Amino acid sequence: MAAPALPNFGERSAAFARACFNGPLNIAISLICIAILWWLVPPLFNWFIWDATWNGTAATCRENGGACWAFIREKFWFSVFGLYPYEERWRPGLMLVTMVTLVIASTFRACWNKWLLVAWVFGAPFMLLLMGGGVFGLSPVATRLWGGITITGIIAVYGLALGYPLAILLALGRRSNLTLVRWFCTALIECVRGVPLISLLFMAAIMLPLFLPEGITLDRLARVLVAYTIFTAAYMAEVVRGGLQAMPRGQYEAADAMGLSYWQKMRLIILPQALSITIPSQVNTFIGLFKDTTLVIVIGVFDFFTTLRAALGDPNWLGFPTEAYVFAAGVYFILCFAMSKYSQKLERDFQPAAR
Amino acid sequence: MSTTTMPAAKPLIPLPAGTTMRGLMWQAALAIAVILLGWSLYNNMLTNMASRGLQFGFGFLDRSAGFPIGESAIPYTPSDTYSRALTVGFLNTMRVALVGVVLATILGVFLGLTRLSTNPLLRSLTGGYIEIIRNTPLVLQLVFWHSIILQLPSVRQALNPLPGFFLSQRGVKLPALLDEPALYNCVLALLAGAILWYGLARRERARQMETGERKSTLIPGIALVIGLPVLAGFLFGAPTVQWPELTGFNFEGGIALSPEFFALLIGLVVYTSAFIAEIVRSGIQSVDKGQWEAARALGLAPGKIMRLVILPQALRVIIPPMTSQFLNLTKNSSLAVVIGYPDLVSVANTSINQTGQAVEVITIFMAVYLMISLVTSFLMNLYNRAVALKER
Repeated sequence: MAAPALPNFGERSAAFARACFNGPLNIAISLICIAILWWLVPPLFNWFIWDATWNGTAATCRENGGACWAFIREKFWFSVFGLYPYEERWRPGLMLVTMVTLVIASTFRACWNKWLLVAWVFGAPFMLLLMGGGVFGLSPVATRLWGGITITGIIAVYGLALGYPLAILLALGRRSNLTLVRWFCTALIECVRGVPLISLLFMAAIMLPLFLPEGITLDRLARVLVAYTIFTAAYMAEVVRGGLQAMPRGQYEAADAMGLSYWQKMRLIILPQALSITIPSQVNTFIGLFKDTTLVIVIGVFDFFTTLRAALGDPNWLGFPTEAYVFAAGVYFILCFAMSKYSQKLERDFQPAAR
Repeated sequence: MSTTTMPAAKPLIPLPAGTTMRGLMWQAALAIAVILLGWSLYNNMLTNMASRGLQFGFGFLDRSAGFPIGESAIPYTPSDTYSRALTVGFLNTMRVALVGVVLATILGVFLGLTRLSTNPLLRSLTGGYIEIIRNTPLVLQLVFWHSIILQLPSVRQALNPLPGFFLSQRGVKLPALLDEPALYNCVLALLAGAILWYGLARRERARQMETGERKSTLIPGIALVIGLPVLAGFLFGAPTVQWPELTGFNFEGGIALSPEFFALLIGLVVYTSAFIAEIVRSGIQSVDKGQWEAARALGLAPGKIMRLVILPQALRVIIPPMTSQFLNLTKNSSLAVVIGYPDLVSVANTSINQTGQAVEVITIFMAVYLMISLVTSFLMNLYNRAVALKER
């Protein structure tokens, strides 16, 4: 028995057109939509492609009037590496390749095993050593010279890697029977979630140095990571707590009946299930956290967006802010949209029984 | 040999059931760690502040701030105190947050409903818009809107899309209602109309319960709400509308919105509305198909199905995530500092730079945001309880 053939393109378009134009109301709505598209698309097309300048200088750009992609081409590698010394750029390059490889490997469920964990455990310090230098004959590079996509990646990935275990502990603590532990974790989670990330970043940038013992200073990037990690932990903790609460009571009771200790019960029975059912929401939360990495602009850390914005100050290329913002938006959009599609795919994978 | 067993020794302190020694030790360890950490941080802070010539305390709040603030809801001059400057910042935050929440809800509900339209063209248009907005960082959007506004024509060539509505680099000008008794009379009449409408609706509802006959109060209600203020206008004089007018190099009269406020408002509203749209959409979709079918089988009109059957059930799903979106909008308004709108964080930042009292100022503004969060979730929880499923 052959499966019913999928409608071909023509049939689908016909169905689309029918749905658009059945009844006076739908016709009116469709006409308004077409008018909006008519008003929106041609100027955008002209700006983006038709009048755009792909090669040349600022003068050619002004002449053509459209988007100045030549400016983006000129500044592309700057937006990736920031002020990192030119001849050492292979180091952040190699780091990015490592990071992207690890991240992509982590998206395949077939790779979710202990070797992946081992790769991360060795990869994480390797990437930082590569960037910072000072060992194996690599010249040291101060973190204030790091910038661009490199920094965005470092903050997002390390924030998640450090915040995730903390999130699990906080979630367990919030569900604990021990009153003091529960109070402490609840207070920490709610306080962090109740204030804007900006205030945590300010706290890390301005207040943290005051709290450290005299003579000990923390690098600015490290301080940002502290704030971002705590923020990630508090938000992820709530997602994990959702998973813990969704576990049927029987799972807890069965584990108790087996005579498992608290940590055995959590590690072997509860957490594996609670974490895997919440993976789609974890990815969604991470999309939000990833977008929030742009907030480091307020304390002068040069992430991808801030670096592009700095490039606007180049006296040879004055007056192309829209291009820079559109380019940055495009990059963030591609990354976030890919993540959200990935989370939807996982959601489908984890619910095979759903009709 | 006596068969009586010894009564169990009474514990020194009455502990709740299930308390174990190990649990107590964990908690004691945590308490000690927190106290030690707090104490050492506090000591470090005092030492560090002393070495920078600072003293811990809130005394600086009474000193003169000495910096100007671009816009303010209450009278403010640079010679006012830091506490007044921070109040100005707080009011600016609340202003943009309140207006933003209202506008974002309206736009978000509208987008969420269009997302469910039967028209595929409209559906995909809204879908594309929502995906673009949701998947780009808010900071970027704010900076983008700000740069768009700064690229608008100068005041003299201001765009005038609607009568009395001017758009220029200096922001937006709107017509205003003059602050006079006639305005208050009309507002009071409007309130009276609304209260009467509510009373009428209640009476109709009671009558419907008794007789089963349903009569809409929409037309008399609207007549009351519009008629009473108009009547008040006729009797006690109509309120004066102040139209903005171009005189020399700037506008006079009307309400002025600064470019920063306007950019922040647009950014927050557009960003949050995309999230609200998705919440509304999934909330309405969460209502079982059978409910639509049953309502249709009862012969209800489409509008009534939505209002009487679907929305009350969808609201239960919608309210909790909506609350967190309102809170997000309020917290996100702190990004004002990026485009230079003088909100609480931005004023606090200037105060820190001038006084060096970082710990105190940051404590103040974190406490303020926590208060806003708590009050908002309290109010929304009240509302949530009102719409929640009443189980037998």
